[in-house]
This record gives sequence, C-alpha cells and structure tokens, in this order.
Amino acid sequence: MRSRDIYSLIFILLIAGIALSIVFAPEGRWLFNRDVSVRLGLDLRGGIQVLLRAAEPVERSVMQTAAGVIERRINGLGVAESVVQLSGNDRIIVEIPGIDNPEQAIETLRGTGKLEFIDTKGEFLAPGTIVRTTGSPNPVALRPTATATGTDTVTGTTTVTGTEEITPTVPEGPIYESITDGKDLDLNSVQPPQIAGQSLTNQFAVPFAFTGESARRLEQFTAANIQRPMCIVLDNQVFSCPVVQAALIGGRGEITTSTRQDAEQIYTQLKYGALPVPLQVESSRTVSASLGQGSVDASIVAGLVGLLTVALFMILFYRLPGFLATVALLLYTAISFALYQLIPVTLTLPGIAGFILSIGVAVDANVLIFARLKEELRRGRSLNASIDAAFVEAWPAIRDSSVATLITCTILFMFGNTFGVSLIKGFALTLGLGIALSLFTAMVVTRTFLHMINPLPFAQNPWLYELKDAPGMRHVREAA
Amino acid sequence: MDKLVKFRYWWFALSLAIIIPGLVSLAIFGLRLGIDFSGGALWDIQFVERAPGQLDTERIRAIFAAQGFEGALVQLTESQVDGRTVASAVVRTRSLSETDPEAQRQRVLSALSAEYGTVNQQALQSVGATVSAESTRSAVIAVIAACVVILAYLTFAFRRAPHPVRYGVCAILAMIHDVLLVLGVASILGVVIGLEVDALFLTALLTVISFSVHDTIVVFDRIRENLVNRRPTETFDEIVNHSIVQTLPRSVNTQLTTFFTLMALLLFGGESIRNLVLILLIGLVSGTYSSIFNAAQLLVVWENREWSRWFRRSAPPGAEAPAA
Repeated sequence: MRSRDIYSLIFILLIAGIALSIVFAPEGRWLFNRDVSVRLGLDLRGGIQVLLRAAEPVERSVMQTAAGVIERRINGLGVAESVVQLSGNDRIIVEIPGIDNPEQAIETLRGTGKLEFIDTKGEFLAPGTIVRTTGSPNPVALRPTATATGTDTVTGTTTVTGTEEITPTVPEGPIYESITDGKDLDLNSVQPPQIAGQSLTNQFAVPFAFTGESARRLEQFTAANIQRPMCIVLDNQVFSCPVVQAALIGGRGEITTSTRQDAEQIYTQLKYGALPVPLQVESSRTVSASLGQGSVDASIVAGLVGLLTVALFMILFYRLPGFLATVALLLYTAISFALYQLIPVTLTLPGIAGFILSIGVAVDANVLIFARLKEELRRGRSLNASIDAAFVEAWPAIRDSSVATLITCTILFMFGNTFGVSLIKGFALTLGLGIALSLFTAMVVTRTFLHMINPLPFAQNPWLYELKDAPGMRHVREAA
Repeated sequence: MDKLVKFRYWWFALSLAIIIPGLVSLAIFGLRLGIDFSGGALWDIQFVERAPGQLDTERIRAIFAAQGFEGALVQLTESQVDGRTVASAVVRTRSLSETDPEAQRQRVLSALSAEYGTVNQQALQSVGATVSAESTRSAVIAVIAACVVILAYLTFAFRRAPHPVRYGVCAILAMIHDVLLVLGVASILGVVIGLEVDALFLTALLTVISFSVHDTIVVFDRIRENLVNRRPTETFDEIVNHSIVQTLPRSVNTQLTTFFTLMALLLFGGESIRNLVLILLIGLVSGTYSSIFNAAQLLVVWENREWSRWFRRSAPPGAEAPAA
C-alpha cells in the first residue's frame, strides 16, 4: 500500500465518521448545537405554498416591504422553517410547512397589520412576546395546533363535518386590554425619525397620532399612568414597553429611541405594519400531513429496495470490485443524507426520486471503471497497473457525462426557482449533489479500496473479477 | 455483433416506427396538460364515512357546480384511514378565486360534508392563469437552453477529435429523438390512461435529456479514443462498430441498475411521483437506444455523406446502403 492510499483511507474514514455522526446526531443537534434534523418539504410533512400577487402594479421596493411584513407575521405564527421570498417584480412566494389549517394562516397573513397600545397593569413584557389582547384575543400563534410539529401527523388533516364549523382551540394566557384600535392610526401622522428635543442626548423620535375613540382613550390612559410602562404591540407581538413620560394629548405622541436604526425600524413598523398593497392568492398548494406521511413511508421502502437490488446486481455481476463499489455506495448514501441535513436541503418527493436516481448514476461511474479494469486485466497488465489505467481511461467519459447532467440540473434549478415550484428545485438539487458526490465516491473511494485489496493474496484471483484468465496476475500470485 | 453499424437504417426505421405514431397522436389529441400549465384547481378529498363504491361522480359534480365550479372533472379513488379503506375523489376544477379563496374552499367542503358526512381535504392545488402561461413559456425556454448549453459543451469536450461539431449535433439529434419519443408516448398515454403533463413531467423530460447525452458521451468517448489509435486498414464504420461493442456491456449494466431503482420507485414509491417515474423509465430506455443506435450511427452517415445517395434511384435508402 502506498502512503498516498493510506492518507486517502484516513480521509475517507474521517468523512464517513463525520457523515455518520451527522446522520445519527442525537435529537438532530450536531457540533455547536447546529440543527441538523431532516427537513421535509411541504409534500412530505404537509403544509401550504402560496404565490401572492400584488392586486395593483407596484414598485419592487413596495413588494419588498410587503414581503417583510408577511415574514414578520409568519414569525408571529410561531412556525419554523417558513419561506418568504420575492419572485419577479410583483409576486411573493410563501411556504408554511407543518401547520394545521394552513388556509386560515394564509388569510391571517393577507390581513392588515394591527398596531395596539396595551395596558399591562405595570408589567414590562419582553419584546417579541406574543400576547392576547382584547382587540385580537385569538392570535394564530397561540393556538396549540398552530405550532404542531412534524411528529403530530396523523391527526393533522383539515376536517370539516356537516354540523359544526371549525372551532379554533382557545389559547391560554392573560388577555391584555387594548387601549387603541390599529385602524384608528393616522398613517399620515407617522413621520420619518427626527432628532428629538435639544439633540444633545442624541435621541430619535417617530411621531404618530391616533384619531377618534382610540385617541381619546390613549389620552386618558397616559394621563393616569405617568411613569408606568405601556406596551406597543404589532400584530400581537410586543415591540417595546416604554415608560409613559407625559399624557398624550389628542392621542398624539412620539416614540423615542437612542439610535437612528431603532427609530427607522419603528417608523417602518408603524408605517408598514399594514400591508402596503392588497395581495391576491394567485396559486396555492396544500398537502395534508397524513398524505405526506404515507409518501415518506413509501419512499423509504422504495429507496431500500432500490439500494438492495443495485447492491445485489453489482456483487453478482462484478464480484469483488462490485462488492467494493457497494461499500462505496453505502458511504455515498450516508454522505448524501449528511449533506442534506447539514446544508440543509429540504427533502421533497421528487427530491427523493432524484436521490434514488443518482444511485444509478453513482454506480455508472463504477461500471465504466470496472469495464476498463477487466479490459486491462485481459490485456495482461498487473492488477495494480490495471487499476490505475482503468481510472485514467474512464475519467474523460465520467467527467463529460457528469458535466452534461450538472448543466441540466442547473437549468432545472433555475426554472424551479423562478416559479417557486420547489418540487423541481428539490429534484435538481439532490440529483446535482448526487452527481458531484458520486465523482468523489467513484474516483477516490472505490480507487482507494481497490488499491487496498491489491496487496492481499486472495485478491489476485481472476474469478473475483469475472475473468477466466488474467495473465498479468499470475506471477504476482506465484510470488505471494 | 459486427453488423451493428451495417444495419443502421433498420435502427432508424425502428425509432421512426415508435416516434411517428406518437407524433400523429400529438397532432390529433395533443398533450393532456395538468394544472401547472393550463391553470385550474385540483382537490384531493377523502370521504371518511363512505366506503369505495358509495360515491357518485355526477352528484359530486353537481355539488361543485352549485358552489360555482361548473364542469368539474371527478375521478374516484380510494385511500387508507387508520387501516380502513375509504372512498376518495380527485376533482379538477377551474382555479380558486384570487381575492377570497378561503371562503370558496370552506363553502365547497361544507357542501360536501352536508351530503357525505366528514370529509378530509388531503391536498388542494390551485394555479392561476397567468402563472400557468408563464410556466409554459419558461418550460420551453428551459428545454431549449439545456440543448444549446449541452451542444456547446460537447463541441468543446470533443474539440480535439476531427469534426467536433458533428459529435455535438449527433448528440443533439439523439436527444431530439428522445424528446419526440417521450412527448409522443405521453400523448398516447394521455389518451389511454389519462396521463397529465405537469411540472414533474417537465422534470422527467429534462432528466431524460441529460441522461441521453450522458450515454451518448460514453459511446462517443470510445470512438474518439479508437480514432486516435486507428489502424491504417480500419474504416470509420468499423471503428464505430467496435466502439459500440466495447461500450455495450456498460450501457446495458448502467441501464439495468437505473432500471432497478426506477422500478422500485414505481412499485413502492409515492403515488404522486408515479408519472414522473414512468416517463423516466420510458425516456431512459429511449436514451440508451438512441445513443447506440442513432447518435453513433449518424456519425457514420455524416462521415460517408450518405444523404447524397438517398435520392438516387440506383441506391435507395435501406439496409443495403453500402459501407464506404
């Protein structure tokens, strides 16, 4: 064994170890508590994907603001791994996985933003806390079903019976009294941040004003609660709890911050808490969690059967090299899944099909090499020389065909990206990744394995290579 | 095995025998477009309180029509709930309203459950008209872009071989063979088993393209290598024939392993990717065939400039076309 092969072997074992530690990471947590759990796509865990389009022609910047508003609201829903992205100039793709009753969630997203000042009876609430208010006592985020995880799959179907309407589960927690109603906010009064007071303290202020009933109540409340906290809540999420400095006469006031950045943020929240443009649901895809679970089970069976058949075929047909290729194939599978979990790649049904198809591609590189190996052995070269020659000669074909497939994967990925057809993206990604990875397993792993068995006496047997005679081997065997 | 090249016109004839009926079907019936490309909505509904056979498509159609979805296409299936087999229906309608889809959905589900008891909406997809039109356009662009980029790459990869453009063009011709064959078969299957062309179909088609080129490259690579080590007495026909024979075991074995994995997917994989896998299976067989029996053979036709003989009365096209 050459020292180069030993280094390769150490490298391979290291990669295998890392891959296995990721795949079997306890509770989906790996180094530095990184989340490496398996991400399942909407079609496998259930959920919704919608394409929202602006109802009227707008600037791209307005759409970006709208996407920001929606993203904040989804975070308010308490859903992990959601996706909000702009598509083209007037569309927003929203994906929310693993929630019950996804259509209602989308309706919540399309609703208008709600700014409230709430009476916390002197309590300071941490920014980001989701609260129930009298104005909006039943936020989706606090419904127990809204945070359902992938494990709660069988019951996760949308069920409607003839006699009863969908009754949302009542969330728990105190209901804070809203002093103001979001719809009473005078948007014209919300002005960009100004330097507050004498400017010596470097404070920034965002002016705002309420009208009607809200203005009157805000004035009363602040007059009675000077030096006590009052919380600003946007879409049921606490933004901050400033201390009331003075009564807000006429419902008019300003929010002061110490940095311009904070002030800008508050300004945006107030001004754009409401969606800047009405959005229409142009297309949507909903999959129930139970349908998804069935697909996961089916895919696992298909994957195992596929892997087993290929392994059996390789061993029966190519014997010793086939066995080594099967070991490399198992390694390939482990690394693939480790990469899916690390990157992370969201697994969809076509994505799994792409992976299973890539097993065939991974084997192809080996098949090409073994065909050359047999030719070289027949020609009378020694096993060692045949191995090296086989890899050199098979390389151009492997390289060119891999590049051609990678080109197609790139185009598929771009196509999928433009229209938010995440199913196609998943397929292109797993297939492309598989092809890149199979270059490594075929060219490095199988080669190192072959070099390793080369010095072993039993390996010098033509039968193991499905040959009657290998003239180059004989003297090696006799010498051994 | 040494007559693979000699029979080239028979191989071409076999390809045409499959492609032409497909093209005729394509011209008459076209493709059955799924909602990705034609727009519309697809409802997958489970009737928990009904056993298979207890549903009536006309009744379901009427319920949908009463809620504003006239002309719904209803297909009855069955599914499993807690180990029981219950009735399901896949209903295709026009797309949901853009302004208030949720209310519309609720009304339909309530109307269905008023008639049939508890219903579960398993999946619901709705694609608007503009999206589907744009998807169709970018699908065509994607296929053309794939062809152009692969042609450019092949010309580059075979730049050292004589006439590098020929390799690219012949690979593309084989690829067009596969695309036409898959489209034709999809059209026939659309008529026979109602196969729909959706975004996953396009995915399968593009994969078939890349795998077809993959196979062609392996054969061409051998030809390129054998041309370098050419013996003076060897003709181009012999070299191509020899190269095909050399790569045949690899082509068959790779085809078999891919075939095994796809069969596993077809038999055990999820229902929703069955069409994807079916198209892949057909396309991959076609891809391997076209790389051996079309792409490599076309190189011979080109090398011998045989088209100059096709229309001469003395030497009609056919298996007897003389080897140069």
